[in-house]
Amino acid sequence: MTRQKIGELLLNNSTIVLFIILFIVFGLWSPRFFLPENMVDIVKQAAFTGIVAVGMTFVLLTGGIDLSVGSNMYLSAVVAGLLINSSLQLAILPALLVTLLIGVVIGAFNAFCVVRLHILPFMTTLATLVICRGLGTALTSSQQIDFPESMNTFGQIQLLGIPMPVIVFLIVIAVAYFILVRTPLGRQIYAVGNDREVAKKAGINTGRVLTSVYMMSGFCAALAGFVLVSQLGGRLDHSFAQGNEFDAIAAAVLGGTSLFGGVGNVLGTVIGALLIQMVQTGLSFNLVNLYLQPMVQAAIIFLAIFFDSLRAGNLKRLKRRFIRPLEAGR
Amino acid sequence: MSDLLEIRNITKSFFGVPAVKDVSLAVSAGQVLGLIGQNGAGKSTLMNLIGGVVLQDSGEMFFKSQPYHPRQPADAYEVGIAFIHQELNLFMNLTIAENIFISNFPRRGFLRTIDRAAIHQRTHDLLQSVGLDLSPEMLVERISPGERQLVEITKALYQDASLIIFDEPTTSLTARETERLFAIIRQLKTGGKSVIYISHILGDVLKLSDSVAIMRDGQLVALDTVNNFDINRMISLMVGRSIEQLYPPRTATPSEKQVLVLKHISSPGVVEDINLTLNEGEVLGIFGLMGSGRTELARMIFGLDPFEGGEILIDGKPMRDPSARTSIRHRMAFVTENRREEGLLMNIDIANNIGLVALPTFARTALNIVDRNSLMEAAREMVKALQLRSGNIEQQSAKSLSGGNQQKVVIAKWLLSEPAIFIMDEPTRGIDVGAKYEIYSLINQISAEGSAILIISSELEELIGICDRILVMSRGEIFGEFTRDQFHDERILRAAFREQELPNTDVHHDAIIQTENT
Repeated sequence: MTRQKIGELLLNNSTIVLFIILFIVFGLWSPRFFLPENMVDIVKQAAFTGIVAVGMTFVLLTGGIDLSVGSNMYLSAVVAGLLINSSLQLAILPALLVTLLIGVVIGAFNAFCVVRLHILPFMTTLATLVICRGLGTALTSSQQIDFPESMNTFGQIQLLGIPMPVIVFLIVIAVAYFILVRTPLGRQIYAVGNDREVAKKAGINTGRVLTSVYMMSGFCAALAGFVLVSQLGGRLDHSFAQGNEFDAIAAAVLGGTSLFGGVGNVLGTVIGALLIQMVQTGLSFNLVNLYLQPMVQAAIIFLAIFFDSLRAGNLKRLKRRFIRPLEAGR
Repeated sequence: MSDLLEIRNITKSFFGVPAVKDVSLAVSAGQVLGLIGQNGAGKSTLMNLIGGVVLQDSGEMFFKSQPYHPRQPADAYEVGIAFIHQELNLFMNLTIAENIFISNFPRRGFLRTIDRAAIHQRTHDLLQSVGLDLSPEMLVERISPGERQLVEITKALYQDASLIIFDEPTTSLTARETERLFAIIRQLKTGGKSVIYISHILGDVLKLSDSVAIMRDGQLVALDTVNNFDINRMISLMVGRSIEQLYPPRTATPSEKQVLVLKHISSPGVVEDINLTLNEGEVLGIFGLMGSGRTELARMIFGLDPFEGGEILIDGKPMRDPSARTSIRHRMAFVTENRREEGLLMNIDIANNIGLVALPTFARTALNIVDRNSLMEAAREMVKALQLRSGNIEQQSAKSLSGGNQQKVVIAKWLLSEPAIFIMDEPTRGIDVGAKYEIYSLINQISAEGSAILIISSELEELIGICDRILVMSRGEIFGEFTRDQFHDERILRAAFREQELPNTDVHHDAIIQTENT
């Protein structure tokens, strides 16, 4: 194998390489890091970001972006909390359904702006970010919402010893994987992300494809928000899930999803989410200065995005138009 | 034999400029029609009309004896017309099978999932039928450009189209792949399918077609069975003899001083071993058909695209680290092919557009602040000198100008920086005759003042009218050089088509194909 080929292989699997290296480094640094409880904890903590990141992956695959997911988590959970605490006294399950509905509606609004009004996804979802956060703050007058004890009970559910967030995460992964790999919609998402014009010429309803990805992202965000509230003992304050969109985007990009669209997959995103959580846990474990932690994380995300642009450069070279045939063996 | 497709008196203009004028032709079942013509003759527009990409102004079309009025590409697809464009329409990140079935996956089971087994089998059979030995699960980004072209053809076969239009299908094919394509076309023909084959390779057209249609200036100038054509007749029909355009007399004479020298410039798959010299005060033309590598070469000279081998000398000194900035520092200027996207800031006023390149020279004070008054003064002078027709140049945006005046703004922008080497790619495209004349005069004048000019054009008459010397590019190579006393439209066109034989020689088609592919 030539040096170039090894380089390419490392580049294409940079996240796994990074994951293994960091795993070993943290473990050597503090052997307690390898304890099974810690592993379970990492997976559980990664579930929230992971669920959002899977939804984000759909949007990124089409070449779009969804910045509204953090605010979406907040607003949809706020509405659920208000309904539970109101005279209606909504039970947990109906409240969850309302939450998901609101998440999907926010996604549909994003899609409407992107598809019908032709506003850039970045601008659209930035506006939605502010709108949702503002709406939630207004509804609660910026007060903390305390959910009843039933929410806490819901959060403690286990199945065969697996914590609820992990179960939800696994279901989301399975469904997302199924959609992307096994359904026409999934393949069309990749097609739209590769080239929207060509997709149109090939007879794909690109508007429908784009609408579905933003709705799925909204759904995943609302779901993750609800699960996260149940883990925090039913407390929901105005800074809930703030900035979460960046963790989600970082997880997807770390997992090999390209910001340019068309490249990426769910399993990569899962690894990305685990990687981010592992770094967070590993740094706290080793008592790294709390204030320095975000910088270390940012450095890792920066690396991942740098690798993405290297990969995109490679792809662009592949797509170059040739005038004359390339003679073999030259 | 009944006609599969019939076109009656079809006409199409773009912004008042006719692209297709009153064309009537018919294709019958099982027939291969070759369509040839110079760049801009209207071939592509005619095919786009058939393919539903653009709508006709007047005229009628009939497909299988039914009135046929496509409003979008999907309409053409529906009746059974497949259009294989010159640029590929494939998804690099999907497999061959997925590319073929993307808008119409067969499904199965309770969950309506993609029937992978079915598309695998079907794609496998289709690939076999075009002799492509690839796995249906291969990602398109992993296969060669030629194989991609064949996959595109496989897509058309899958549609089971009764008419397949090929637009320059062999440009990225190797000799073997080309032979395979021809075998497929013959196979289609035997199966009763019709083909419209557009190509600049005249030998291929003669070899494949039953009849040949020739277009010139938007009109159909000849339509006959293939036996009535040979290469000489085809070329003279394409050139025509009616061009009556006025060019300002070329008075300046170039000096002996070489300002730009290219030595063995190569970039695999794009250009191969390009050598050229450009002298002070010279107007050098580069002629070539679409896809001959002219624009790519210009972009390399100006440092916009990388090249792998060879070097560029400016005033005898090798240019290090080629980039647009380096080029501008060496007083090089580049008028790009598409002024809308690359040449102008459309929403910015005219004066600031003109000042864009020379801006640093107007930053005279210690703090590097632009001396706005003298910049505006210079812009106004330039506008006057170029007879640019506009309102207030500090308020009117570039967008609001006509094509000819926009082009003058682009030229003005570069003139302000007093370029020593001026590269112009299609400087008169989409400009009316009057404005063209003014631009030609301007080129004359700039060269008389000592600038060296490299002008790329697909209009041969234009180059003959204004150049001192013409180089012909074909397939990424320089394929001929003509000095002013050797200018002869047929001979130059012949070189562009890689036909080196003199008139009256017996043309041997197979020999042409072979030189074509080596």
